[in-house]
Order: sequence, then structure tokens, then C-alpha cells
Amino acid sequence: MERISIDEARHVARLARLDLADGELDKLTGELSDLLEHVEAIRRLDTAEVPPTAHPLPLSNVFRPDEVRPSLERAEVLAAAPATEADRFLVPRILGEAP
Amino acid sequence: MSLLDGGVAELAAAVRSRQVSAAEVLEEALARIEEAETELHCFNTVMLEAARAQAEAVDGAIAAGRDPGQLAGVPVALKDNMCTRGTPTTCSSKILQNWVPPYDGTVVRRLAEAGAVAVGKTNLDEFAMGSSTENSAFGPTRNPWDLGRVPGGSSGGSAAAVAAGLVPLSFGSDTGGSIRQPASFCGVVGVKPTYGLVSRYGLVAFASSLDQIGSFGATVADAALALEVAAGHDPLDSTSLDLPAPRLVEALGEGVEGLRVGVVDDFLAEVAPSCSLAAVAAAEALAAAGASCENVSIPEMLLGLPAYYIIAPAEASSNLARYDGVRYGLRVDGPDVETMNARTRAAGFGAEVRRRIMIGTYALSAGYYDAYYGQAQRARTILIRAFDAAYERFDVLVAPSTPSSAFAFGAKTEDPIEMYMSDLCTIPSNLSGHPAVSVPFALDSDGLPVGVQVLAPALGEPVMLRVAAALEAVAPPGVRGPVRPAASSSAVATGGGGGGRAGEGGGEVAGG
Repeated sequence: MERISIDEARHVARLARLDLADGELDKLTGELSDLLEHVEAIRRLDTAEVPPTAHPLPLSNVFRPDEVRPSLERAEVLAAAPATEADRFLVPRILGEAP
Repeated sequence: MSLLDGGVAELAAAVRSRQVSAAEVLEEALARIEEAETELHCFNTVMLEAARAQAEAVDGAIAAGRDPGQLAGVPVALKDNMCTRGTPTTCSSKILQNWVPPYDGTVVRRLAEAGAVAVGKTNLDEFAMGSSTENSAFGPTRNPWDLGRVPGGSSGGSAAAVAAGLVPLSFGSDTGGSIRQPASFCGVVGVKPTYGLVSRYGLVAFASSLDQIGSFGATVADAALALEVAAGHDPLDSTSLDLPAPRLVEALGEGVEGLRVGVVDDFLAEVAPSCSLAAVAAAEALAAAGASCENVSIPEMLLGLPAYYIIAPAEASSNLARYDGVRYGLRVDGPDVETMNARTRAAGFGAEVRRRIMIGTYALSAGYYDAYYGQAQRARTILIRAFDAAYERFDVLVAPSTPSSAFAFGAKTEDPIEMYMSDLCTIPSNLSGHPAVSVPFALDSDGLPVGVQVLAPALGEPVMLRVAAALEAVAPPGVRGPVRPAASSSAVATGGGGGGRAGEGGGEVAGG
């Protein structure tokens, strides 16, 4: 089977929002390829007639009454955030180019 | 003998009848922790103030003529991925190092309501990803049987704390073996219940379709009693089974006469002789006690490991997306939000967590989803069907708990796949959602404990624990804790030691 390339690993790191140094990317590229080799047996299984299992419970949707209930204390929750302003979570710029 | 070293039910009865106070029991447990912690590092946080307040409340209730519950005054340790209001919950990760949850998990609340006294938060592999506690950001836990060896993982702190007699009960979580493998390495009983039996509300999520909270005890009876208290429907967890909590303790002594036991052949050739011999000896003991035992080949069991190492990282990569430096935990600043997210996550997650996020993200990414994740979900169906067929012929299955006994620090840290193999015999039960328990049953040639697993179909905890109790009754002497911490005999000691952290700030909504 194919080994993955460092460019693919860089793309996956970007998707996962991980700012990895080139040295670690290089190491992970090899480890990822090794693992994919290890799970190759799964790819080769004949599963044409087999439905997937997402979770082991015989449950479909679980509903509860739509009623107002107490929630977490706003001050307590905000106190845990790295930065807040005016009762909101504060983040760096989202739109436009970085300065 | 101290009441701490007897049974949990006996300890609670002594507290309820005022033979001893909850405060006295707690102080003895705290003294043991104080003495052993430098060597073992079982705990990330010891909850001195909260524990003393809870013990006082239990004693107050008894003095006022109220019944504080079936775990009155029993000190318990909680894995540090179970949310405790006002006490840091770190998952042994730098990214949650200073996080203090604004709520209690359901199991934490149920234990308190039953009169138990939570004494501390135990060390784990970061976000429960690992089999040795070597992936903790705060240093590993050491195995009390041999300080040069790992206690197993990821619930290594919880297993070692019971094995060293610091607390009579503890709780952990089991996603691929994280209760049963350390239980086997530490010579204690560890139960992974049926998926959905115990609420996951307030358990920091790793792989949501596999995660399950369970108990550790020195005996089957202790672990079963703990599970009775923790189990039961919880509207706050939509995957919680809407059933009454099971009665587990009362049937423990009923024996195994007439039970049909299958010994899973497929693992015997894959594990160390000490581990396969223990499983075979367990089957012989059950046959001698009146069960009918037969070897059974279930080759689909060996699909478990590769399917797991796609499914668990895939679910983890999604669950751990929430650690983005916005609402709680660590933030490393950047000029824009994406750079901030990526710097925070690279700095806050350890190497194994980064590796699994990469695997999972790859397996879920466009073009690969069907080939890996979809295919692994189908392998999961094939495995479940094989279990179902086996349970038409057998009431329970017996298998090794682990491929080896406790290994030395550093023995598997250079090769991730070698480390992943540690979960070979435990993973199938997580994929199927079935219960399984590891019971100490032998010692290997180094004098280290070796556990045996009993597996049962969904909600088969009563028969599974009955079989486990029967094995415990005939296990050779000296195979189980508590033990006093012992210096290394052969392994090279590295790492270990202090996990000191300041605890303040932080917040997240996790689990369930």
C-alpha cells in the first residue's frame, strides 16, 4: 500500500488545527504510514453485506420534555475562559488577513 | 487489621454503626497517601478540604439519625477525567492543567449521595490515551508491586491506589482496556460495565461510542458494590440505558454449577505464557467448580485491535476539537484565531494525543472516510455478530486480560504500535459494548500479578461477577493487593515522582 507524504501530513495537521514543527511532521508521517499498514486487514475485509455500527446501543433518538431548566452559572463558566469581554468569550481576529 | 483493609461493605457498616467515624477513616487514608505518594504518584490532586467536609457531613448525618448510604465514609479515588466541581480536572494534560469544572459528573454526585468520601483525582495517560500512564503530562504512576514498572493505563493511578491500599475503592474509565489492563498489572479487580449502564455525564470524552466508567476494588464484592452505586439511568446522558440499577452483590456467592464457559482460543497464542496459562488455569478451576468449559475459536476477535485504532482516534479527533483556547484551558496567543487555535493545541497536547488526533483526522478526511472509518464500523458489526454467535453457546467467555504482566518504564514508549498491542484482549468488549472484568489469578516468574478476564453479553454483569467471584475464591494466595510499595527487582526505574500543579481557573462542558 501507499505511504503517506509529508505534504499530506501537513494538510491533515492543518485540518486538525495543530501547529507542528517540520521535525515532528516528518516523524508523524512515518508513524501514520506504519499504523495504516497495521490496519490494512480492515481495508481488505469483504463488507458488501455488512452494515456499519456507530455505537453498540439499541437506541435511536432520545427525547426529553422541552422545558426551561437551570443551566451553569454564567460567571463561573466565563471565569474559566482565557479571555472575556462584556460577558463574552474574547478571541483574536476571525476575518481578514493577519497583520 | 485496619478497617481500610477489610471489605467495603464492612467498612461502611462500621461507619454507619458509629464503631468508627468517617473522619477517622479519612485521616487514615490520607496518612497512607501522604506516606506513599512520593514513590507512587497515584494522584494529581488530593482533595483535602473537600474530603474533610464530606466526611464531616457523613458523621453529622449519622449523629442526626439519618442514613448516609451504602458507602458511608468509604474513601474513594476518582480518575482525573471525571468532573469534580471546585476541584481541578486535568486529564493529566497541560491543556486542562488549571481547569476547575463548574459541575459534578453524575457518578461523582451519586458516590457523594451514597456517603462515599472522594479523596483525590488519580493520574492517567493524557486524555486516557495510553496503556502505562507514561503519557501523563505530570509524570507517570509507579506500580506498587515493583516501582520500576508501569501500573498499566490509562487508569493507572486508580489501579495503583487500590493496589497499595491507599483507598479501598476507585473509579476509572475504560475505552479499550483502561480499567482491566491496569487492574491486571496491579493485582486488583477492575470492571468495565455494559455500555450505557453507568452515566458518562461529566466524564471528559475520549471516544464516545466506547468510553465507559467502571470500578476498581481489592475484591469482586467491593468492585460490584461500587458499581451498584454508580449504575442506573441518567437523563443527562442520552446513551444511558433506561433501566433500574442492577443488583450485583447478592448473587455473587451462587457459584458456577451448570454454567457454560467458553475459553477464547484466539488470544492464547498471542500472549505471554504466564497470561495464557492463567486463563487456562481459570477455566480448569471453573470446571472443577461445576461449570462446563470448552475452548472456542472466535477469529473475529483479532479484528478488534485494527478496527479500534481507526474508530477511537476518529472519535477522539472530533471530541478533542473543543480544546481550542476559547472557552477554557490553555491559550497560546496568535495574530488570528486559527493561528491561536493551532498554537494552543500543539503546545497543550502531548505527543500521543497529537498522534491520535492526526490518525483520526486522516481517517475521517475526504477520500479516506469510507476506506478507513466506514470499513472499521463494518468490522465492528462483524465482531459483534461473532460475539452473539458465541453467546448462543456460552454464558460467559474467559480470556487473558493482557498480553504480558507489567512492563518496565520506557519499554514501549518508542514504538506506538507495540504499546497499542497492550489492549489486544480488552478492546473487543469495548467495540461490542459488552461487560468484562479482570480478576487477579496468578503470579508470573517475576512475582508480578496476572489477571484473567471474564466476558459476558450485554447486561450480563450478574453472571459475569458471579464467575469472577468463583475465580477469586480459588485463586492462589498472594496474587492480589494490597501490597506495600516494593523497590524494583529487575526493571530500570525512570521518571515517576511529583505531579505538583497549581489549581485555579478553567471550565468546559465535556462528556455524555
